[in-house]
Amino acid sequence: MMISGRTLGQGATSEAKMSTEFFRATSFCALSELDYNALGVSEGGNVLVRTKFGEVVVSAKKDKGLPSGVIFIPMGPWANALVGPETGGCGTPQFKGVEAEVEETKMVVLDVRELFADLKAGAETS
Amino acid sequence: MIVEDVLCPFCGCLCDDIKVEVEDDKIVGVKRACRLGSSKILGHERTKAPMVRVDGELVETTYEEAYDRTARILKGAKRPLLYGWCSTVCETHKKGILLAEEVGGVIDSTATVCHGPSIIGIEEKGLAGSTLGQIKNRADLIVFWGANPAEAHPRHTMRYSSNSSGMFTPEGRRGRKVIVVDVRETRTAKNADKFLLIRPGTDYEVISALRMIVADKGDLVPDYVAGVAKADLEEVAGIMKAAKFGALLFGLGMTHSRGRYKNVDNALSLVADLNGFTKFVVMAMRGHYNVAGFGQVSAWETGFPMSVDFSRGAPYFNPGETAACDLLARKEADAMMVVAADPASNFPRMTVEGMAEIPVIQIDPFPNPTTLLADVVIPSAVCGVEAEGTAYRMDGLSLRMKKVVDSPYPTDEEIIQNILDRVRRLGDDN
Repeated sequence: MMISGRTLGQGATSEAKMSTEFFRATSFCALSELDYNALGVSEGGNVLVRTKFGEVVVSAKKDKGLPSGVIFIPMGPWANALVGPETGGCGTPQFKGVEAEVEETKMVVLDVRELFADLKAGAETS
Repeated sequence: MIVEDVLCPFCGCLCDDIKVEVEDDKIVGVKRACRLGSSKILGHERTKAPMVRVDGELVETTYEEAYDRTARILKGAKRPLLYGWCSTVCETHKKGILLAEEVGGVIDSTATVCHGPSIIGIEEKGLAGSTLGQIKNRADLIVFWGANPAEAHPRHTMRYSSNSSGMFTPEGRRGRKVIVVDVRETRTAKNADKFLLIRPGTDYEVISALRMIVADKGDLVPDYVAGVAKADLEEVAGIMKAAKFGALLFGLGMTHSRGRYKNVDNALSLVADLNGFTKFVVMAMRGHYNVAGFGQVSAWETGFPMSVDFSRGAPYFNPGETAACDLLARKEADAMMVVAADPASNFPRMTVEGMAEIPVIQIDPFPNPTTLLADVVIPSAVCGVEAEGTAYRMDGLSLRMKKVVDSPYPTDEEIIQNILDRVRRLGDDN
């Protein structure tokens, strides 16, 4: 179950999103100690998180406050790669409580520019 | 020079006691602000000049050209979406609503990805509200539900809620009980007397169980509700009923989870029930410093708080149909103007893909992922630092933002006025 939300680091860099500080503050996934150890992630290693809406590579972190079975990703483009567009008739997507699978990966975490690189390519310019 | 009593343009706390040190019209120091506020006031990398996209690349241009191009895009679009507005002042909102009406577009604020469901819940149920001052001076019980002010509103607890001292609450934190309900043990939870860990997406069930216990129908509640023991729920309900003045402060844990506005609706009902026994108030922990202000201006100008569609000639409101995420996900919007927000970061990826296919205009002091998708970029002054104006705190109190230093950039209000003038002129030519 993936939830996304605000953190101090994310907030302090939220007006400087092209910075490496924002990248560091938001491109990780926090896991409970139990889940972290079960995945066999090496220190500073990455995980591939997949939901039915998308997938993203983020770095992995232990968080003692998380119960097993719940992962936390700070709000931002990495977390939102996993969130669906459905708004339940009220305009707001479900940013918290998305079923997710997590596995250890050797793939690298894309930076902000790389995440958006393909999107505008090919789109019409005004 | 020290500028006193500056208002912080970051979160909905709108702290009004900040000291800013200015030398040669440059900010060199910030006192009293939290890490979030000082980071914004001290400044970040800025977008230096207006830009337009030519052959796939953003190239610098003049403000005049950027305004002209924006006006042409908005005027030429069938379903333009004017989105954002959370980090700018009410004077900008007013002009933005005029512009939306002029182009027959949809105007929506960041509330729709934040506390929009709270507003819908409040419209359904009504709200036993209060100011933050009343909570500070009177509340002996603070309940944070799906809210983590330790990270999202760092000075809230000290200034207004759990740890503040007021007229009838001189003992501060020692004289209060604090309950935290969340799906993880947050930093805020570490400050609680009682922490309820619930499973994600079960807020509605847990609130319903509490309402049953409050109404003395606890014998109908099963031994466990969403993983929470009935004994814990009984303890929490007991603390709530025993409070002299309780305050339920809820965050996005409620509005972003399964149930969304129905969670809020149920929480408001719990508070209404509790008012049968004691004094209890409830408040949404609004995120950006003036997202509440857009709701106010929009409500008095159009009758609706967000997601207002002018395409029919009269304001029309139906979130789920006219909200920004819905319009983009359905690929209905054919142009988008983003003011003081960053939807490319904060919308679901599949919704952002809808943004990438249409012309996007960005009005913002700072570069961000929305810049990467923008066809026109118009840099503006930072409200509350380089421009003054009105903002609404999370409790609905309106406050005047100060201008601390001069800026080479035009204000959001001036930019929107310039675009509005050009759109009207284009209208005259047709």
